[in-house]
Amino acid sequence: MVAVQTHPDQALAWSVAASVPDPEVPCINVEELGILRWLRFEDGVAVAGVTPTYSGCPAVLAIELAIETALLDAGFKARIERVMSPPWTTDWISETGREKLREYGIAPPEKSSGSKLALFGETTVACPQCGSTATEKLSEFGSTACKAQYRCTACAEPFDYFKCI
Amino acid sequence: MTLAGAILELADDHLVLGHRVSEWCGHAPMLEEDLAMPNMALDLIGTARTLYEYAAELEGKGQSEDDMAYLRGEREYRNCLLVERPNGDFAHTMLRQLFFAAFMEPYWQAALNSEDKVVRGVAGKAVKEMAYHIRHAGEWVIRLGDGTEESARRMQDAVSALAIYTDELFEGNAVSELPDRAAIRSDWTATVSHIFAEAGLELPETKFPQTGGRSGKHGEGLGHMLAEMQSVYRAHPGASW
Repeated sequence: MVAVQTHPDQALAWSVAASVPDPEVPCINVEELGILRWLRFEDGVAVAGVTPTYSGCPAVLAIELAIETALLDAGFKARIERVMSPPWTTDWISETGREKLREYGIAPPEKSSGSKLALFGETTVACPQCGSTATEKLSEFGSTACKAQYRCTACAEPFDYFKCI
Repeated sequence: MTLAGAILELADDHLVLGHRVSEWCGHAPMLEEDLAMPNMALDLIGTARTLYEYAAELEGKGQSEDDMAYLRGEREYRNCLLVERPNGDFAHTMLRQLFFAAFMEPYWQAALNSEDKVVRGVAGKAVKEMAYHIRHAGEWVIRLGDGTEESARRMQDAVSALAIYTDELFEGNAVSELPDRAAIRSDWTATVSHIFAEAGLELPETKFPQTGGRSGKHGEGLGHMLAEMQSVYRAHPGASW
């Protein structure tokens, strides 16, 4: 993911950009979420490649702005480049990111199950509170574009599931 | 048909349906659906934005995505008639969503191999979102079609009302950068038939398919929708927020 070391501040700039939290899921940062794709220096300007999670995700602009601001605050000249292809997938959320989501109370995405005919929630999702797989889907959609709503029938807690795309 | 024209048709389909779906916000029959509707609308409007930006760039007249969405009249819109149909009841809305997503999912799947980089980028995101819409709308079509007497009757009404608008999905002149619409029909029929079989519904044969949207001939509903959607931008031209 990290571009080749071509600038003395490459590592510093990367860590500054990477530490920006997701505004809607603040427990994980943009590197762990897998949306910070690369960072390179072009004529002394730190250019960060950022991929949106969902087509209409309203957080995209906020995230891009936050990364740019973080780089500016650290003393860099900065620019953001939106990278559309290849598209983001939940498979890019790092292991650390998944663990942080679980601790935060959001069930991390399972292995890709994008089947269009997987009707009535055939995916098994483990409860982030008690670990039970006795869970049921309440809604394919949740509080943000990236989440679905589930309920654990073992501990009776409702929870968000980071939906798999 | 130019690439810009074909992209504009796609963009209009997505914006018009996205706006229709957003009209449910605050009115859905339950909280979960009140979250689901704006989420689906966001997917559609997000896709529309990228497509408008690209259409404007291809046309090269210095227009913005906002100009494309807010400053064109009803006869300049090139969306298919299905997406502009008024929401009706929940059964109508869910069936309309299924009909559209069952077309777009295989369409974007085919577009993943496009020679055009922007098309590939949009397709990569949208194909997954449309699969999700098929699942969500499909579940409701089954739940209502195979539900109570009342829900089954309403879903059957929706099928009778909307089936005549589906043929238009497969119409269009091919451009090399985008998939051939006619070739999507078998995939669409397979998805819809699979869901209809579980729902106890039948896809009627369409004797008089309704078309005209691609040449700007729309139903009465679109004008009303645009009047509301464009009112702020037209009252305050060039406003930004």
